[in-house]
Amino acid sequence: MVPDAAAADEEKCLADGMGRLQHNAFYMHRALDSNNLKDALRYAGQMLSELRTSSLSPHKYYELYMRAFDELRKVEMFFVEETRRGSYSVTDLYELVQHAANILPRLYLLCTVGSVYIKSKEAPTKDVLKDLVEMCRGIQHPVRGLFLRSYLSQISRDKLPDIGSEFEGGANTDNDAIEFVLQNFTEMNKLWVRMQYQGPTGEKAKRGKERSELRDLVGKNLHVLSQLEGVDLDMYKETVLPRILEQVVNCKDELAQHYLMDCIIQVFPDEYHLQTLETLLSAFPQLQPTVDIKMVLSLLMDRLSNYAVSSTEVLPEFLQAEAFAKLNSAVGEVIEAQVDMPISGVITLYVSLLTFTLRIHPDRLDYTDQILGACVQRLSGKTKLEDSKATKQIIALLSAPLEKYKDISTALNLPNYPRVMDHLDNATNKVMSAIIIQNIMKNNTCISTADKVDTLFELIKGLVKETDEAQDDELDEEDFKEEQNSVARLIHMLRTDDAEEMFKIICTVRKHILLGGPKRLAFTVPPLVFSALKLLRHLRNQDGDVNGQEVSVTQKKIFQLLHQTIEALSSVPSPELALRLYLQCAEAANDCGLEPVSYEFLTQAFILYEEEMADSKVQVTAIHLIIGTLQRMNVFGIENRDTLTHKATGYSAKLLKKPDQCRAVYACSHLFWVNEQDGVKDGERVLLCLKRALRIANAAQQMNATRGSSGHVTLFIEMLNKYLYFLEKGNPQITSSAIHDLIDHIRTEIQSDNTTSDPSDNAFFSSTMRYIEFHKQKGGSISESYEQIKV
Amino acid sequence: MVLVLAIGDLHIPHRAPDLPAKFKQMLVPGKIQHILCVGNLCIEDVHDYLKSLCPDLHFARGEYDEDARYPERKTHDWSIQAWALPWPSVPWSDLDSLAMFQRQLDVDILVTGHTSQFKAYKHEGGVVINPGSATGAHSSITYDANPRFVLLDIDDLRVWVYIYELIDGQVKVDKIATTLPAH
Repeated sequence: MVPDAAAADEEKCLADGMGRLQHNAFYMHRALDSNNLKDALRYAGQMLSELRTSSLSPHKYYELYMRAFDELRKVEMFFVEETRRGSYSVTDLYELVQHAANILPRLYLLCTVGSVYIKSKEAPTKDVLKDLVEMCRGIQHPVRGLFLRSYLSQISRDKLPDIGSEFEGGANTDNDAIEFVLQNFTEMNKLWVRMQYQGPTGEKAKRGKERSELRDLVGKNLHVLSQLEGVDLDMYKETVLPRILEQVVNCKDELAQHYLMDCIIQVFPDEYHLQTLETLLSAFPQLQPTVDIKMVLSLLMDRLSNYAVSSTEVLPEFLQAEAFAKLNSAVGEVIEAQVDMPISGVITLYVSLLTFTLRIHPDRLDYTDQILGACVQRLSGKTKLEDSKATKQIIALLSAPLEKYKDISTALNLPNYPRVMDHLDNATNKVMSAIIIQNIMKNNTCISTADKVDTLFELIKGLVKETDEAQDDELDEEDFKEEQNSVARLIHMLRTDDAEEMFKIICTVRKHILLGGPKRLAFTVPPLVFSALKLLRHLRNQDGDVNGQEVSVTQKKIFQLLHQTIEALSSVPSPELALRLYLQCAEAANDCGLEPVSYEFLTQAFILYEEEMADSKVQVTAIHLIIGTLQRMNVFGIENRDTLTHKATGYSAKLLKKPDQCRAVYACSHLFWVNEQDGVKDGERVLLCLKRALRIANAAQQMNATRGSSGHVTLFIEMLNKYLYFLEKGNPQITSSAIHDLIDHIRTEIQSDNTTSDPSDNAFFSSTMRYIEFHKQKGGSISESYEQIKV
Repeated sequence: MVLVLAIGDLHIPHRAPDLPAKFKQMLVPGKIQHILCVGNLCIEDVHDYLKSLCPDLHFARGEYDEDARYPERKTHDWSIQAWALPWPSVPWSDLDSLAMFQRQLDVDILVTGHTSQFKAYKHEGGVVINPGSATGAHSSITYDANPRFVLLDIDDLRVWVYIYELIDGQVKVDKIATTLPAH
């Protein structure tokens, strides 16, 4: 309740004060209107007495002050007019106002007249200002003094004896304006600091807050300095900065030091900072240990970074000023001095320094490495980082070089980069790894040596390696998939045209992904397999110029590697994927002319089919893939080919559902007829297959009849089309009578099942018959075979 | 005028990291009315990306696609059929074998995949299209590794087939025009 009561009290106090102020102002104006200077001044004095109060907080005092300020403006206007008219001289006024009873009103009036005095130019500006700034010393109460000096600053603003202004004195007066402002600033700062020690010790926080409200009054002076024409680089370097810093350091007040350093950096041009870097930085260690130097230092570095980017002409200045060296040692010193700085603070500093370095010296990789090395030093000896602020900063630290350099190889070359990553805990490593991969994909970078690949995989080990179970389980499935898919995509960016190096890369990648455990293999093995297959094709294309022997040895090594890699999928287990990959390898071996290797892969595929595939749908797809692959192979000798085709047909006939069996078996017919020049063209075996398929189709039909359902006419129509296919290709075993029989059979089926026939079957049959007609009419060699078919 | 995109055999991430950047620039959402995808994407990410280009996505599953929910063949209006798996069209790149399928399904336009081998030709009054691989992925059946996709512009019975191919970093467009027989 007490704070509320106090606040209410204050409101009342302010209201009262305002009331009295306005009251006196009214009378003052009346006196001014009737040219009664004496009375006017009396009322003015009374009005200004309100500002003598001690019971208002700065915030409220300000309101009172503003009101008084407005009134004083009108008084000033009156003075100006009267002195111009000649009713009074300025010096007279100057004397008169000093008769005010209390010092505070006296000084306000004196400042007001002083303004008029300066405008009249009857005395040198510098003298008037000096007088005023010294007299203000009479008020030592912090709040009142600050506002009074603020008033002085405000009214003198446009009248400073700056170079080129109308108020400039004679020669050698460069310093006058500067002196005045500096002195006012110094006194104001002292008052401001003194506020800290006023009042009971229990109210420290409140005082801190009140002081914050007033800080801009002090800072304004620096702003004024920065606007003066007379403050050029040399003046700043020689006079202004040292004086300001002297005050800042000597006041030994944490709040003031922080605010003022901040102010200096923001108010003066970056160009100046660059040239006075050493002086500025030397102040830092002298500041109070509780000042948050890292924020100020970061601010400085960020501003300088932005300055560097603003124009290219600026960069040489940086080199000249040896900015990096100075900032680097400053950062080091600050960290040494502030032993208790939390690790997130340390890293923030290094992030600012790194941003700076990347902008100014993008080609100095050694600087970047140095900074990373310093970080490593700070991080070592501590446990893995878990503080989220710190981890965010570290991620920023590691991402900055990536974004700047774009090519990750540059980052990989920095010896300290991996060392920093070592200090990350697993979760952060994953985040960072994702960023690295994104960078590679976005910039389309190719990593082209095995060593770099090795380093890269070490960096992203959070994604690649299997760690303890608990962490893996926690991970959301969707996220996990995304993670692993990004690793899979990454694998395609690891390539080079040099075959030998490419092989090394593949081995390196394999080494790393095998540490991933069963969950990851299903994602990472396929891209590796296809990378290797691409390499094989590349080798084959080179065959002409390279020594044939060497090539074949490498090919065998690659196939070995492929075999072992796909085998690893059995731990997942992932038989369907493995089957498909084995078939791809078999085809590749076929193209290389390596019969035993190809046979081996097909065997593996068959084994998987036998042992791992129980689901009938899966079986159907798998057997068709096997048949399709086998059909394209031409590397096998008769015995091997026979074994394989026999197996394929056998499994086809053993599929669960009759229609599936039928389709698989007639697909097998293609195994015995290859359309190429030297291809197998075993008409008899083709026919055998087709007949077998037909028998199965009949059996299927009978089964359906017992159930009372129709259908499976489709199968017969498909078979018809197959017969036509082989007829066209010139298989002598296909007779037109067989085709007739088939057509009749189909017709009977369709007609008998009239009520329940499928319109698509009819359509299929019609289009097939149209096809036959078409070829009969067409003429040519095929037409002859078609001739014999009676439709 | 209806625009249909025929695309397939991307094989991301098994055989390729991503669609070529030039294709991504061209494939902007809102311009295409339908997408026929003949499979082998392989992951859901890519499926979502295609869906963002056009919500009417018809997807037929290829042998490397993870998601088993999708069918292996799909029919669509105007007798276009998207169809992914090779069976039972063994031999895989044999045109006459494919022709049987066209007769069986009684379609005017047959879009197939799996072989990554680009084909577009007129056959018995209809059109057979294999849009090749959109990422230029490695395939055991063909050595042609140029990324490709096909855009069909269907105006009643007239069909324009635009083939977009990425050769040496430049996108080249080819065109086939045909009129489908009225039924």
